[in-house]
Amino acid sequence: MDFFHAHQAQHYLVLGALLFALGAAGVVLRRNAIIVLMSIELMLNAVNLTFLAFARFPLVANSPMGSFLSGHAAVFFVIATAAAEAAVGLAIIIAVFRSRTSVNVDEFDTLKL
Amino acid sequence: MVEAILFYLFAAGVLVAGAQVIFRRNPIYGALSLVGCFFFLSGVYVLLGAHLIAILQILVYAGAVMVLFVFVIMLLNLKEEELGEQRITAWKGIGLAAVMVAAGVIAWRALGPAFPQGALVQAGRRVDNAVLIAGFGGVKAVGRTLYLASILPFEVTSLLLLVAVVAAVVVAKGKI
Repeated sequence: MDFFHAHQAQHYLVLGALLFALGAAGVVLRRNAIIVLMSIELMLNAVNLTFLAFARFPLVANSPMGSFLSGHAAVFFVIATAAAEAAVGLAIIIAVFRSRTSVNVDEFDTLKL
Repeated sequence: MVEAILFYLFAAGVLVAGAQVIFRRNPIYGALSLVGCFFFLSGVYVLLGAHLIAILQILVYAGAVMVLFVFVIMLLNLKEEELGEQRITAWKGIGLAAVMVAAGVIAWRALGPAFPQGALVQAGRRVDNAVLIAGFGGVKAVGRTLYLASILPFEVTSLLLLVAVVAAVVVAKGKI
């Protein structure tokens, strides 16, 4: 396993794993709701990277025509969903900030506004 | 060799910028670091031959989503005391480093056997074609996949975006 000949699937998968770990740590450690949302974006991008790595280095030979880029299609949908998630999440943050004047997730402890 | 240098350059950029996102106390620095992280990540995508996705990454993520983040951060206009104290202590940093090493080792060791030469070998030949087929990851090839193989999810995505826009306005606006 030559570590310095990059452009192997594992390099991209390891990078995806590290990025996912960073995003998960941000969600767990930080209390600022905006940073939690940004950490979720980091995790989604780690998943995208893994999708693209498997699209470039497929595990199955001779995948049928039209599906060899299905990883790219999945990434397309993830990007669209992440945009929707960011819009709704930030709207919720604004709504909560209006009633609580705080973005600290520890203070979001009631379902009633 | 050039690919290796570029990969390590982009990977280091992704990880450093990603770490900035969660370690910076002020969210505006985190948001700008995240923009940098997305740019480096789109470089990694180009190395993987995903040219359309790389451009989409910059247009949608770095362009649209992050503008939304920066806009909301500036709208909230948090004061210094509202940011709270730094919560990442030394022990949490050590724990994060341990988790990242574990994740990296697991990804490397568990997936190494699946790709003995950087790609799956079946029937004595590498499935991974060193030279990509023409148009891999381009607009035409990905568009064909989107419109032929996954036309229903594609249309549902447009509906999802419409619902998200309406929901964002309804939630963020106090009185309709």
